Amino acid sequence: MTSTDQQPRTTRTRRLGTTDLALVAGFAALVVVCAVLPAINVTGIVPITLQTFGVLLAGAVLGPLRGFLAVLLYLALGLAGLPVFSGGAAGFGVLAGPTAGYLVGFPLAAALTGYLVTRLPRGAAARNVPLVFLCGLVGSAVFIHTLGMAGLVLRADLTWGQAFDVDKVFWIGDVVKNVAMALVATAVHRAFPDLLHRRRAA
Amino acid sequence: MSLLLGTHRPGTTWLHRLPAGAKLLGLVLLGLVVVLVRGPVSAVVALVVAVGLGAYAGLTAREGLRTLRGLLLVAVLLGGFQVWNNGWARAVESVGDLLALVVLATVLTLTTPVDEVLDALVRALRPLRRLGVDPDRVALTISLALRAIPTTVAIAEETRDAALARGLERSPRARLVPLVVRVVSHARATGDALHARGVGDD
Repeated sequence: MTSTDQQPRTTRTRRLGTTDLALVAGFAALVVVCAVLPAINVTGIVPITLQTFGVLLAGAVLGPLRGFLAVLLYLALGLAGLPVFSGGAAGFGVLAGPTAGYLVGFPLAAALTGYLVTRLPRGAAARNVPLVFLCGLVGSAVFIHTLGMAGLVLRADLTWGQAFDVDKVFWIGDVVKNVAMALVATAVHRAFPDLLHRRRAA
Repeated sequence: MSLLLGTHRPGTTWLHRLPAGAKLLGLVLLGLVVVLVRGPVSAVVALVVAVGLGAYAGLTAREGLRTLRGLLLVAVLLGGFQVWNNGWARAVESVGDLLALVVLATVLTLTTPVDEVLDALVRALRPLRRLGVDPDRVALTISLALRAIPTTVAIAEETRDAALARGLERSPRARLVPLVVRVVSHARATGDALHARGVGDD
C-alpha cells in the first residue's frame, strides 16, 4: 500500500496526519449513513442499499490507503455491534453468514478503486466521469462480486454457477451506483483539488 | 440515538462480566471447531450449545428471533436446497453450522457493549505497533467516527431538505454532492482542530 502513497517528497510517507485520520473517520461514518438509508430488497438475501456507493466513493475520493482504512473502520464498527450493515445487521454473526464475502470485498474494492483513480492522467479525477466510473466498476467487479460469490459458494453451499445467478441481480444497481459515485467523486475533487495529491498540513 | 447504542442488552450473568477480549477469543475458537468438525451430529451439538449459552445470557426467544429474522429465511431456503441436492445429513450440517455460528456471535454482541468490543480490538492491534500501526491513533479515529455518525446523519437530512426546497429531490447530484463536500470539509476542520490542540500528532 505504501508504494501508492501520494507524497513521494517526504520521508514520513507512512504517517497519516490528523486531517487524514479525520477524513478516514468521516468517510467511515458516511458509509454508515449510506448503508442505513432505506434499502430496496430485491432477492431476499442481500438488500440493495447505497452501501457500495459509499465504499467505492471512499476509495475514489481518498485514494487507496485512506479509502481502505475508512471502509475497514466501517466494518469494525459493524462487527463491534453497531447495526450498520445493510438491513440493520450487526456483530460477528455476519461473518458467518452467506453474505460475508461481500463485506470482505468492500475494503479491497475501495483500495483498488482508489489506486486506479490515482493512476489516472493528471486532472482526470476531477473532470473525467467515465474514467472514474470505470475505476469503480473494476474495483467492484474484481473484489466485491468475486469475493461475494466466493462467500455464497463457501457459506451457502451454492455452486459457482448458482452464486453467479444470485450475484448478477446486483449488476444493474451497481452500474447505477457507480455512475452516481463517479459524478460525486469528480465534483468533490473539483471542490478540493488537493485531496489526492495533498501536501502535508504544516 | 439507537444507531449508536448498538444491539447490546445489559445484564449481570457470567457471560456479561467476562472481558470482551476473552469472549472474542472464545468465539474465534468455537467458530473454528464448528467449521472444522464435519458431520450433522456436531452441527446439532454446536447449535444446542449456542442456544444454551444464549438462554443463559438471558436472551429471550423473541429477541433471538428478531435478531435472526433475516437469517432464518436464508436458513430455510438453504436447508430445502440442500435436502433436494445432497440429502438430509448435509442439510442438517450446513444449516446447523450456520445457525450455531450466528447465534454464538449474537450472544457476544448482546452481552458486550460496543465500546468494550472496540477497546478489545484496539488492544489486539498492539503487536502491529512495529509495522507502524499506532493503537492510540486507531482509538482516536474510532471515536472520531462514532462522533461523526450523528453529524453526518444531520448533514444528510439538511442536504435532502435543501434539494427538496429546490424541487430537486429526485436528483442524486443535488442530494449527494453537497453531502460529501460537507463531510470532507467537516473532516478537514476536525483535523485542523485536533492538530491545533496537538492531539494525535507527534
